[in-house]
Amino acid sequence: MVEFKLTKEQLLAKELFKNFAENEIKPIARDMDEAEKFDMDLLAKMKKYGLMGIPYSKEYGGEGADVLTYALAMEEVSKIDASTGITISVHTSLCCSCINDYASEEQKQKFLRPLVDGTKVGCFGLTEPGAGTDASGVKTTAKADGDFYVLNGQKVFTTNSGFADTFVIFAYTDKSAGTRGMSAFIVDRNTEGLSVSKDIPRMGIRAASNAEVALVDVKVPKENLIGKEGMGYKIAMGALAGGRIGIGAQSVGIAQGALNEAIKYVKERKQFGKPIAKFQNTQFLIAALQTKIDAARLMVWRAAKAKDDHENYAPLAAQCKLFASDVAVEVTRGCVQMLGGYGYSREYPVERMYRDAKITEIYEGTSEAMKMIVGGGLLR
Amino acid sequence: MKIVVCAKQVPDTTEVKLDPKTNTLIRDGVPSIINPDDKAGIESALQLKEKCPGSSVTVVSMGPPQADIALREALAMGCDNAILVSDRAFGGADTWATSSTIAATLKKLDYDVIITGRQAIDGDTAQVGPQIAEHLGIPQVSYVEKMDVEGDDTIVVQRQFEDRHQVIEVKTPCLLTALAELATPRYMSVHGVFDAYHEKEVKVWGLADIEDTVDQANIGLKGSPTRVKKSFTKQAKGAGTILNDLSDDEAVKAIVDKLQEKHII
Repeated sequence: MVEFKLTKEQLLAKELFKNFAENEIKPIARDMDEAEKFDMDLLAKMKKYGLMGIPYSKEYGGEGADVLTYALAMEEVSKIDASTGITISVHTSLCCSCINDYASEEQKQKFLRPLVDGTKVGCFGLTEPGAGTDASGVKTTAKADGDFYVLNGQKVFTTNSGFADTFVIFAYTDKSAGTRGMSAFIVDRNTEGLSVSKDIPRMGIRAASNAEVALVDVKVPKENLIGKEGMGYKIAMGALAGGRIGIGAQSVGIAQGALNEAIKYVKERKQFGKPIAKFQNTQFLIAALQTKIDAARLMVWRAAKAKDDHENYAPLAAQCKLFASDVAVEVTRGCVQMLGGYGYSREYPVERMYRDAKITEIYEGTSEAMKMIVGGGLLR
Repeated sequence: MKIVVCAKQVPDTTEVKLDPKTNTLIRDGVPSIINPDDKAGIESALQLKEKCPGSSVTVVSMGPPQADIALREALAMGCDNAILVSDRAFGGADTWATSSTIAATLKKLDYDVIITGRQAIDGDTAQVGPQIAEHLGIPQVSYVEKMDVEGDDTIVVQRQFEDRHQVIEVKTPCLLTALAELATPRYMSVHGVFDAYHEKEVKVWGLADIEDTVDQANIGLKGSPTRVKKSFTKQAKGAGTILNDLSDDEAVKAIVDKLQEKHII
């Protein structure tokens, strides 16, 4: 063990993310949630200041930072608004990583560069009505036809799809080969036959775009295949493994954001003649919740550092997501309780945070799937 | 165009606490920021650079070693060079000693335009910028709220007054003191943050680096003619009066009566 401290660069970058979130996101977070719509001016600012290309090499137009810095961005942004967090996360951890990790040099210059330099936004189409935790259940097919593949199928819960320019789509090129018959394709939004539904109404992260994507005879050039035929499942699982660090960091952010609100409130709110912060019940609850948040944060940092160091980070990422998402739900529930009736009202942001927290136990692998990964690894 | 911005790191609070014994600022535990007027100066320098290709922006700060972070932030915003003027010999400086030290530093640099903030939120003197211009013997325009460049060597600035504006053309080299309104500072960029530590550097200059341009009688505590007799934190006044349920006319009358009673109008 060396130390638990962030580097100077990471600390200064954290300051940038904090200021950006406070000044640009906080004033509109509630309105975006109410309107169930992501603010396109905010998206433009996120692109401009490099929030969409944090852990990618400058060689491809990225910011040249590390995964831990990206996790700090996810935490700081999600402290204020989890919807903005997931918008960054799906683009960065899921879409871009598939291309960064498995695409050819030529493909990276062509497709990764505009995604990480802030020109385009990406999304990730794996989940289907019949393929959730069991991603092998994908029904979308891709048939080779001359210089093209022709894609047909239906994706659901595709985050960012409402405004994304670039879609990474998973489809079977050979269903008979099982998961080894799945392939990954880069599909431009404007390709004929690709259509995106209206956003799906949801309990939380309501400002994020999340819709169904229909693919009807979508002709994708052969040069848009990522890696080789049959590598799709591996590519998807790799992206999701890394994505869990982002969701872990998002969970920590939601929890810390809610607790910060609660701490502010209990110092001001008076009952029985004194601020409720003076009651031991409040003090004990705040102490317990902050301790859990800190533990979750350290697990996120450990997984991020392992990824930066090219170690086997996947089980650590699964653990951090499993724990941090649980902490996010518990902490936000506790914070709504501390604010009482005001916590339940939409006047304060903690009810939004409570609603937003729940999805962290579900997307990019449910808590049950995380236990399968962690337990499976231990009992191998 | 060679642009130099002078920036100060200040405590991030309008309620600066003073050590009653030494009459100096208590910096411990207070987060530090780049002084807002200075930060607007940095932004306008960066805008000037973008307008005049081939320009460079150097940011200079005098302060303790911790001021390094303020200069890194300036680099992360896009400034090219940074110099931290820091030496125990400079400690305890008033505005005269500060401006003498910074002017001695600037004499070692090439510059067309020097931008300082109007004043710092911790001391509020608004003296250092104008004094630097006097030390250097160059024209100065204070209270700049707008600026633009014309040709190679002319800057057009708008000065703010309480009741009017003044538009002035000034030839370079010159010194401008910026108001926070001059420009809204950009954020650092993520790659800018990493560049600030890996690609760029903060040079630290001590007394030895400016020995030939500074008069040592004018630096540090000993070179400071100002003596602080007493400093104190302002006490809050009593609670105000709130008048409820008045019509517009009654409210106006109540306010006017009160102002007359206090001989304010």
